[in-house]
Amino acid sequence: MILEEPLLCEQTVPGRQGYSLPEPGANLPPKEFLRQAAAKLPEVSEVDVVRHFVRLSQQNYSKDVGLFPLGSCTMKYNPKTTDAAAALTNFAQAHPMISEEEVQGNLELIYELQNYLAEIGGMDAVTCWPAAGSHGELTGMMMIRAFHASKGNPRKKVIIPDSAHGTNPASAAICRYEVVTVKSNQDGILNPADVKAVMDEETAALMITNPNTLGLFEKNIQEICEIVHKQGGLVYCDGANLNALLGIVQLGKEGVDVLHFNLHKTFSTPHGGGGPGAGPVGVKKKLEPFLPTPLIIKENGRFNLEMARPQSIGRMKAYFGNFGMLVRAYAYIRELGPAGLRRIAEMAVLNANYIRKGLEKTYHLPYPSPSLHECVFSDKLQKETGVKTLDIAKRLMDYGFHPPTIYFPLIVHGALMIEPTESEPKASLDQFIAAMKAIAKECEETPELVQTAPHKTFRGRLDEVKAARELKLRY
Amino acid sequence: MEFPDDLKYTKEHEWVKVLGDGLVAIGITDFAQDQLGDIVYLELPEEGETVEQGEPFGVVESVKAVSDIYAAVSGTVAEINDPLTETPENLNEDCYEEGWLIKVRLSNPKELDRLLTHAQYQAFIKEQEA
Amino acid sequence: MRYIPHTPEETQQMLKSVGLRSVAELFSSIPESLHMEKPLNLPEPLDEASLFRHLEALAGKNRIAAPHRSFLGGGVYRHFIPSAVKNLIQRSEFVTPYTPYQPEIAQGTLQVIFEFQTMAAEMFGMEVANASLYDGSTALGEAILMALRLQPKRKIVLIPRCLHPEYRQTVQSLLKNFDVSLVEIPLSPTGGVDPGAVGDYLKEEIAACVFPYPNFFGIVENNRELIQRIKDQGGLIIFCVTEPLSLGLFESPGALGADIVCGEGQSLGLAPSFGGPFVGLFATKEKYVRQMPGRLCGMTTDSKGRRGFVLTLATREQHIRRERATSNICTNQALCATQMTVYLSLLGKQGFQKLAQLNWQRAEYAKETLTQIKGINLAYPKVVTFNEFVLKLPTAADLVLKELKQKEIEGGIALGRWYPELGNALLVNVTELNETEDIENFAAALKETVHGLP
Repeated sequence: MILEEPLLCEQTVPGRQGYSLPEPGANLPPKEFLRQAAAKLPEVSEVDVVRHFVRLSQQNYSKDVGLFPLGSCTMKYNPKTTDAAAALTNFAQAHPMISEEEVQGNLELIYELQNYLAEIGGMDAVTCWPAAGSHGELTGMMMIRAFHASKGNPRKKVIIPDSAHGTNPASAAICRYEVVTVKSNQDGILNPADVKAVMDEETAALMITNPNTLGLFEKNIQEICEIVHKQGGLVYCDGANLNALLGIVQLGKEGVDVLHFNLHKTFSTPHGGGGPGAGPVGVKKKLEPFLPTPLIIKENGRFNLEMARPQSIGRMKAYFGNFGMLVRAYAYIRELGPAGLRRIAEMAVLNANYIRKGLEKTYHLPYPSPSLHECVFSDKLQKETGVKTLDIAKRLMDYGFHPPTIYFPLIVHGALMIEPTESEPKASLDQFIAAMKAIAKECEETPELVQTAPHKTFRGRLDEVKAARELKLRY
Repeated sequence: MEFPDDLKYTKEHEWVKVLGDGLVAIGITDFAQDQLGDIVYLELPEEGETVEQGEPFGVVESVKAVSDIYAAVSGTVAEINDPLTETPENLNEDCYEEGWLIKVRLSNPKELDRLLTHAQYQAFIKEQEA
Repeated sequence: MRYIPHTPEETQQMLKSVGLRSVAELFSSIPESLHMEKPLNLPEPLDEASLFRHLEALAGKNRIAAPHRSFLGGGVYRHFIPSAVKNLIQRSEFVTPYTPYQPEIAQGTLQVIFEFQTMAAEMFGMEVANASLYDGSTALGEAILMALRLQPKRKIVLIPRCLHPEYRQTVQSLLKNFDVSLVEIPLSPTGGVDPGAVGDYLKEEIAACVFPYPNFFGIVENNRELIQRIKDQGGLIIFCVTEPLSLGLFESPGALGADIVCGEGQSLGLAPSFGGPFVGLFATKEKYVRQMPGRLCGMTTDSKGRRGFVLTLATREQHIRRERATSNICTNQALCATQMTVYLSLLGKQGFQKLAQLNWQRAEYAKETLTQIKGINLAYPKVVTFNEFVLKLPTAADLVLKELKQKEIEGGIALGRWYPELGNALLVNVTELNETEDIENFAAALKETVHGLP
C-alpha cells in the first residue's frame, strides 16, 4: 500500500507548529534590514512532517529493497556499519575551522585512506577533497593542465572515446580543452592505431575509462599509454568501473597518470538518491606538485596541513572534502582487507557474466567480447515487435526490479546496460533473468502491455514533454 | 518524411526558401524535427542581427536533445517567427509553412548555389540512415 | 564476507553455467602481464566489533568541544538538529536509491526535491532554485560561470574581500582557466563591500558582483544603492549566503535585487562533519533557467493524469550536452537536500523566523557581555550582524584560543591567517545552542585568559 501524499505547503494550517524553541525576546535589528515578506514555509506539526516523509519514502525503490542493476553506477549494498561510523560524535561534530591539533583523528583517517586508495589504484599520491566523481574529473584535468602549463604550453586538445561518460567531455571543456572524439573498434575497445592517428603535441591528455562502459577491458591500454606519453601527453582514467579491478589490476602500473575513484560506487558509500558522493583523485609522482590544497603531511607521528604549494591548482572546495563519505569508505576498506576487496571484483564479474549468459539468447549482445563487471544488450531483437528499450525498462518495474541503465553507452542503439554488483545472490539474478525472458516473450505476444508499462507502480509513465514545456519547478 | 522540392537544404538539416527581393526564409527539416522528438524550446536571434553561413544562430531543444540551428546563408535577420517561440511544439506539426524560423536578407546571394537541392538532400538522408 | 552472498557451491554452480572452470578465468580478457602478482598491501580485515573499536580510538584522537561551549562559525554553524530529522534521514528509501532517472519508482525522492526547490527559492525570495550543488563554495563558482554565460562579452567579476576566504580560493581555482578577471574589492571601513572600489569598475565590462550576505564577519549589508548602480551598468548581482538562517530575519536577496543566489545549506539541519557533505544552494530568475547548472525537478502528470514529478531540462546537463553542458556536475546532494527539507519543514514559517531572532538576540547579548571585558572591543562597532561578529583582542588571538581550549572552550576563529590587516581579531559565532550561562562562562574565561597573558 502506497498512500497519496500532497506537498507540505498544501497541508499548511496557519499557526500549526513542528518546532520546539524557547520564545525569543522582542528585540529586533533596525527596521530597514528586516525581511518584508516572510518565507512561505509550511506550517505543520511534527506528526505531519514525519508522516509526509515516511509516505514519500515509500514511493521510492531502493537498493535495500532489491536488485538495482544500473550499469556504470555500481549499485552495491551500502553497509549500515559505515553509516554508523560516520555518525560517531567525534567525527560528525568536528568543526572544520579548528586547529590541526584537535582533529588528529580525522587527519589520520584521511591520510590513511589516501594511502589505501593509492595502493588500490597503483598511484603515487591521492587527494580526497573532490566532492563527487565529476569534481574529481575536474580536479584531475586541472592538474593535467597545470602540468603542461608548467612546461610552457597547456596544450589544446583532449582525446575522449565515443563510449565515455558525458562528464568526461564536460570536465575537459571546463578546463578549456577542445574535445577530440575517437571511435571504439568493432570489438568495443580502442585501437592503438586510432589513438595514434589523432595524438599530437597539442594534445594534453587521453581520457579513458577502464573497464570501459561496455564492461570490456581496454586490453591495449599499455600500448595506448605509450603512444600518448611519447608525444608528451598524459593519460586520465575515469575510475567509474574500478569495482571490476580491485586487487586484480593496479591501473597506475599500466601507465595511467591520473585516476579518480568514486567512493559512492566502488567503496559502497550510499548514493542517497543522487548524492552526496566523493571523488578522490590519484596521481603519479610527476603530478604531485599540482595536487589541490591543503595537503596532509605526516611528521613525527603528527598530521599537519600544508597550504603553501606554489604549483598547486589551489583549493577545489571549502574545508576538507565530503569527510562523512571518506569515513565510510575507510571503514569499508578496513573491514574487507585485501582478500575481501579482491573477492568483490571476482563476484561482481561473475554476477555480470551470469546474467549475460542467461540472457544472451534472448537479447541482442552487440559486443561478444568477454565482459567484466557489466554487460550491454540492445533492443534489436525486440524492435520488430514495436517495443523499445524504454518499454522493456519500464516493464521490468512491474516485475519488481529497478531497470538497468538505458540508452548508454551512446554507441549501442537502444542499449540496456546491466551491472548487478557483487551484492546480489544467485537467486535474485535468476529472478531477474526470468523477468527479462518473460518480457521478451511479452514483446512477441502482447507488445502493447510492454509499451504501456509500468502498470503496477505508484505512478504510470510520466509526461516528460509536459514537464519541459510547462515548466513548473516549485509550488 | 516530406521534403518539398521547391526548397534548398543543408547537411545540418535546415531548409531555405527563396522569397524574392534578396529575402529567404530558414527552417529545420522534417528529418530534423523527427530526430529531435518533442520540441519544447526554441531560441531565435533578434531582428537586425547578422548571421553567417555555417554559424549557429539559434537553439532548438527537445526532451532528449538540444541542437544548434546553423545559418544556411549569411545576411541580416529581417524577421523572426516570434509566435513560434511560444508554441515550439508546432515545429513537430508543421516545420515548413508555419514552422519557419527566421527570414534573412542575403548579403551574398551566391551562397545559395552552395546549398543542396531537394534530390541531393534526399540522397544525403538515405546515406545518413544507412 | 557478510556483504558478498556467494557460497563456494553457488560460485561453482555459477562458474559452470557461464562455462568457466575457475574464478581466475573471469579475468582472461586482461593481459597476463597486467595481473597483480601479490595481494594488495592493505591492513588485514577487521570484524565489526574490532572495526568500531579501531574507529572509536581514531575518533578519540580528536578533541571536540561540546556544542554549547563552542563559538566556532565561519561558514559552518552549530544548530540543534531535531530528533525527527535524524530519524527520517536514516530511512533506507532515501539513503540507498540512485538519482531518480526512473520517476515511476522514485516519486519520493522527486517530490522531496520539488519541495526543496520550493523552500530554497522561497527562502531566497527568488523564482526558481535547482536541486542543489556540492556545497556553498562550488555553488559560488557555478554562479559566476553562469553569470559569464549570460554576459559572454563581459569579463570582470567583483569579489569582495569580506567573502569567506576559502570560497574566494575555490573560485580562484575554478576560474583560473577562463578569460575573466576576478577583482578583489577591499574591505570598507565598516568591514563590508567598499562602494568606492566597486565604483572604479562600474563600466561596460562588469559581468557580475558578488555580495556575501551576511559576510564572513557576520555583517549584514543591504547595499541597495550600490546594487542599483551595478545594475545600471548591466552587471549581474550574485548573492552568496553561508548562513541561510539569517533570512528568517533579514530581507531576502531577491527583494534586494539579486539575479543569482547561491549558498550553503549546512546550517539548516546538517552536522558540521568536518566540512562535508553539505548542500550547495542555487536560485535565480525564471528567465535564466536554461543557463542554470545542476539538476531540476519539475511537476507533470502520469499516464492516468495523476500529478507526478520528473527530472526536467536535462538537455542542459552533461549526459546529453557533453562538452557544451552548462556544468560538468552530474549529481545533486540529494540526501543532504532531503535533510535540509525535513529540517525546514519542522521549523516552518514561524520557527524559521523565531530561531533567526533567537540567534540574533543571543549574539547581541554576547557582544554586550564580551565587550565589557577591558581591552576587548568590537572591530566594527556600528554594523548590523547576524549570529557572528569580530572582536579585537589585546593579545594574539591564536594564543587566546589555545588558552581557552585548556578550559574546554572553542573561542572562535583567529582571523590573522586571512586578514593580517585586522590585527588580533577573533571571529565569534553564537547560536541558540549557546545559552546565557554559556556566554557568561565564555566571557569569564576570556577575561581570565586575556588578562593572564602578557
